[in-house]
Amino acid sequence: MAITSTLSNDGSLLTIYIQGRFDFSSHQDFRGSYESLAKPPERYRVDMQETTYLDSSALGMLLLLRDHAGGDSSRIEIRNCSPDVKKILTISNFEQLFDIQ
Amino acid sequence: MNDDNPLTILVADDSATDRQILETIVARDGHRVISARDGREAVEAFERERPDLVLLDALMPNLDGFGAARRIKALAGESLVPIIFLTSLTDTDSLVQCLDAGGDDFLSKPYNRVILQAKIKSFNRMRAMHSTILDQRDQIGRHHEHLLQEQTVAKQVFDNIAHSGCLDSNNVKYFLSSLAVFNGDILVAGMRPSGSMMVLLGDFTGHGLPAAVGAIPLASTFYGMVHKGFTMTDILREINGKLKSILPVGIFCCATMVDINFQRQRIRVWNGGLPEGYIRRAGGDPPEPISSTHLPLGVLSNKDFRDDLQTLTLNWGDRLYLWSDGIHEARNPEGEMFGDERLKQVFLDNEDPQQLFDEILDRVQEFIGKGERNDDLSLVELLMDQPERVNAFAAEAERRSRSSLSEWSMNFDIQPSSFRAFDPMPLLLNILVEVPGLRQHSGKLYTIFSELYSNALEHGVLGLDSALKNTPEGFAQYYELRQARLDAVDKGYVRIHLHHSTDDDGGCLRVRVEDSGPGFQPDQDTTRHGLEQSGYSGRGLALVEKLCDAVRYMGEGNEVEAVFSWRIDV
Repeated sequence: MAITSTLSNDGSLLTIYIQGRFDFSSHQDFRGSYESLAKPPERYRVDMQETTYLDSSALGMLLLLRDHAGGDSSRIEIRNCSPDVKKILTISNFEQLFDIQ
Repeated sequence: MNDDNPLTILVADDSATDRQILETIVARDGHRVISARDGREAVEAFERERPDLVLLDALMPNLDGFGAARRIKALAGESLVPIIFLTSLTDTDSLVQCLDAGGDDFLSKPYNRVILQAKIKSFNRMRAMHSTILDQRDQIGRHHEHLLQEQTVAKQVFDNIAHSGCLDSNNVKYFLSSLAVFNGDILVAGMRPSGSMMVLLGDFTGHGLPAAVGAIPLASTFYGMVHKGFTMTDILREINGKLKSILPVGIFCCATMVDINFQRQRIRVWNGGLPEGYIRRAGGDPPEPISSTHLPLGVLSNKDFRDDLQTLTLNWGDRLYLWSDGIHEARNPEGEMFGDERLKQVFLDNEDPQQLFDEILDRVQEFIGKGERNDDLSLVELLMDQPERVNAFAAEAERRSRSSLSEWSMNFDIQPSSFRAFDPMPLLLNILVEVPGLRQHSGKLYTIFSELYSNALEHGVLGLDSALKNTPEGFAQYYELRQARLDAVDKGYVRIHLHHSTDDDGGCLRVRVEDSGPGFQPDQDTTRHGLEQSGYSGRGLALVEKLCDAVRYMGEGNEVEAVFSWRIDV
């Protein structure tokens, strides 16, 4: 698995790309991708185009990101989920917490 | 052959003077000369010496030039031996007679040396060209024969693969013309262990070898999977992926696949690129079309491949008709195509459904006309009948009662030295996707297995407390601790027990995971409300509960069993 991230030119949007399995082993990298920024972005996007699988610890990590980004006032979108990944997110009612497409 | 090569030339003239003149002209150019004094001698000399070219006087004793020319041409057979008539005759009829007798040209007396030399050269070029054409024709003939031989052998292989199923079942009628040893159409039919019949009619782009090359993996994949009970979507995906990876771009397979459930009187259909088939109800309603709603097999990668199926109710006695475009495109002598309307009319005109299959073929044949046959015409009729009347159904039931893996179980223990580096999920999943019926659930099974295994390992074996995960710092700490304990672990086990059983409608997989830990008292609220709570942990078991029919705890709470049941047709 590999986690990479890019910040938009104006610094307002952080996009985090997750490749392969998203589980506890990505924890450090995932957290590092948003905690290392000098100035927090306004919006976050988690791109799951290349994500093959996600487990319950990854759900926890998404919630960590959400709280870091301001909890209920956070703006986080999750994009390009495969059907399997989307199913897990749906079962967990994450659609109520994130903007998932 | 160079046109300057010396030739052997037969000169036949009854006048010694004329002969002398000709011999001199011809010999001066380096050609070898054979002389004859009359027609009979000319024929004898020809038989003996096989000259390359003949100069023949028209009027000679014994056998005149016309007769000699006919005999020589007959003797020459396929090879071109040009005959130039030498004649003092100038009337049109005589000259025509020269050519009619097999002469290729004529030269009027008295001879013009330059023209004679030019004609010899010209005919020599023609002779060379003729012999090249003959050589090439023979070569093509040999190649063709060789190809047919190879195709005959390949067809035996192909037939053994393609016809290993139940095409001979009494509810199937089919017609596949193959004027060429191979055509681009393929028809396969097989029974699933559940007793439903799967049929696939495919039409590869192209004909001959390229088409047959794709047909072989299609047929072997089809039969391999149908007999094991894989679902239609699994089979379609497997075939699509295989064709996509082996066929060059531009070669693909238009196909319709049907799964006929005789007990439930229901069919499932996937049509990718074949002309619409028809359902003929026993009651005689107008035919109902089954249209193409997908791209052909082998076009899209499996990621983009769409496998949604149409489900239709077919009562006993209803019939389904499939065809390749050969029927629509069959042409009459005027070049007109048979087309949709005429085909539909055959259905509307039909009174006895049992005759419909023959009526379609007859009408198409009648339309094409006598002496012409289309080389690529496929038609299939599938009758929805009562299961006990379908002989393939009975045969399958018999086979199944003898040889089916209907119930099995296995134990899988993971020992301390393996915890650190070994991930048991890929191994277990690889086994499960080979079990018919489970493959399509691999995503869910993966989640169920990995959540249960993580719990057993982290809480049971490593003794980690998930309360630690309540804060972001604790979350990180939890996984640091996990790594530290994993590096040090030297005792404990995780035991995975699988039990799988099948029945007519599907099956049931029980996954029991036991660990060496002290166990815990499951807090009903945690698991039940695990997904509504807001902490960073505790969702694993709740996910498993959602995906399974039942989850229960056993022993001291160090053992959990998840029951996952699946149905064949869902």
